[in-house]
Amino acid sequence: MKLHEYQAKEVFADAGIPTPDSKLASSVEEVLAAAEDVGYPVAIKAQVHVGGRGKAGGIELAEDEAEARAAAEAIIGMDLKGYHVETVLVEAAVDFVNELYVGVTMDRGEGQPVAMVSTRGGVNIEEVAAEDPEAIAREHVDPAFGMHPYQARKAVYDAGVSREVAGDVASVLATLYDLWDDKDGSDTEINPLMVTREGDVVAADAVMNIDNDALFRHPDLAEMEDEAAEDDLEAKANEYGFDYVRLEGNVGIIGNGAGLVMTTLDLVDHYGGAPANFLDIGGGAKAERVANALDMVFSDENVDAVVFNIFGGITRGDEVAAGINTALEQFEEIPKPVVVRLAGTNAEEGMEILNTDLVQVEGTLEAAVQAAVERAGEVAR
Amino acid sequence: MSVLVDEDTRVVVQGITGGEGRFHTEQMIEYGTDVVAGAVPGKGGEEVAGVPVYDTVEGAVEAEDANTSVVFVPPAFAADAAFEALAVDDLDLVVTITEGIPTQDMSGVYQELQRTDTYMIGPNCPGIITPGVAKLGILPGNIFAEGNVGLVSRSGTLTYQVVDNLTERGLGQSTAVGIGGDPIIGTDFIDALELFEADPDTHAVVMCGEIGGEDEEAAARYIGEYMDTPVAGFIAGRTAPPGKRMGHAGAIVSGSGTGTAQSKIDALEGVGVPVGDTPEEVVDHVEDLL
Repeated sequence: MKLHEYQAKEVFADAGIPTPDSKLASSVEEVLAAAEDVGYPVAIKAQVHVGGRGKAGGIELAEDEAEARAAAEAIIGMDLKGYHVETVLVEAAVDFVNELYVGVTMDRGEGQPVAMVSTRGGVNIEEVAAEDPEAIAREHVDPAFGMHPYQARKAVYDAGVSREVAGDVASVLATLYDLWDDKDGSDTEINPLMVTREGDVVAADAVMNIDNDALFRHPDLAEMEDEAAEDDLEAKANEYGFDYVRLEGNVGIIGNGAGLVMTTLDLVDHYGGAPANFLDIGGGAKAERVANALDMVFSDENVDAVVFNIFGGITRGDEVAAGINTALEQFEEIPKPVVVRLAGTNAEEGMEILNTDLVQVEGTLEAAVQAAVERAGEVAR
Repeated sequence: MSVLVDEDTRVVVQGITGGEGRFHTEQMIEYGTDVVAGAVPGKGGEEVAGVPVYDTVEGAVEAEDANTSVVFVPPAFAADAAFEALAVDDLDLVVTITEGIPTQDMSGVYQELQRTDTYMIGPNCPGIITPGVAKLGILPGNIFAEGNVGLVSRSGTLTYQVVDNLTERGLGQSTAVGIGGDPIIGTDFIDALELFEADPDTHAVVMCGEIGGEDEEAAARYIGEYMDTPVAGFIAGRTAPPGKRMGHAGAIVSGSGTGTAQSKIDALEGVGVPVGDTPEEVVDHVEDLL
């Protein structure tokens, strides 16, 4: 789960990390009032879950009221990489001499957290990591002890941060690690951490992503989740509790187990079709869940045909078949052709139950995918 | 011969009194697995499917001489269960089935794992099976057949799909292991490949990977340098868009070029491992390799 910049900054500021004065606004009038409050020049920043907001036109600087009005009119209501901008953060612009990067994330390969510092802040850190890995100082942390203060200092010195601000940057990094640890962060970063002319450090941006699997122990953070910012169908998937990703194609895909569903997508592509989505109904799905999955895929207007592929381990073929029947029997006319393949636990029982007037049945994964691609092609024509 | 699971495997099930634990204990016993004990705090003295339950893992191991644990404990308590198992010296293998364990919890478990000789499989995995001998976890036993193909996979249902294709063509399995789809797991591809390489009854290995992380790339380097046993590969997620989580917590393409399906396919093909476009094609490759 991602926090918005303004939410992450609240969390950071509460922990003592310096952030610029700022106010949230959702209309031009509110922006102007906020700018008056925090004082010009200001940065006006779209609050949407999109990377590279600046380049996409979601962040503007304003020296005065006229510029602020123009920026607010341009940004509020704009469509930023598919996300509708409703709220902006109006923030006192920082007069900086240097831009640093500090971050904490999980190093999957090592199975332990890693703290990172670089003097090349203000740009996409993945690009820095790719072209000049040495420019980022890394310090692995044993989660049993947390980050020792010397490790924060070492990362800062290794990165070549100037001596005047080294102590302050180390302190920000130590706080960031503690936040990452306390809040079950997956990625947290400040990019840029600005160094002002006066030698202070200020978090000009803030990223804080939380491990979805740990949200159960952070009800305060779970409440901050902005579901409205997501695609309508993805919001519906959240409601139903599906792992769902919307894609561009016209072959709807429903299956169980992430690896097998991904494989089904790949096969659709392999046989010349284009997958419309990733939808994993999970293990042990009952009839109602199956019906919900069909409802999801039918509501995607891009979908022309559906492939429903289940390999039952803990999921039972007869449960799935009953769910498909219930979902389809309520329609006078089936909205989109459905190709079904059942294998594994109780697959034979499922095949006996399945109403073959309503669906096309195939015996193998390959045949089912090919049939769905073909049916989608027919509908599309 | 086989890998990690054989005739001497004696299992303690942690979380045996829960719905999942109970059901799969019955299934494991029906397959022939020697389940000798359960461990659930506060439930010592009870019995599930004819198996005695103890309050602690240590108590269960001492009383029933178990050497392997299977964990069916809910996510919020699963890391604690894993620590409890790792603290018992006599356990050689811990299989953690639980899905949804917070990543930071697993980070602690992983660090502890480095300090012991114990193997951990999972979390978020279907388990491990040596066909005809024993299964640990939730794999459907009826699709497997005894034979000489080793299989290691990050995904449960994809494992079933490939095994089904193998079995249908008369290619049985020595051992199949689902290592799990989480960002941090115990036994990784290299650990499993190392075990298969050392097993005289494994004549070929199928490795099923997926997008995310760099484990498949590392495994490819290991295969190139150290393996004589032939390997065939499959990579799921070729059509995955960058930055989106595809079900598994580990299955995300970072957007920076690493972790993509293509990078993994290139790495495997670069060391002579044939990669199938479809599960059927993987089986074709295995036939060629044997």
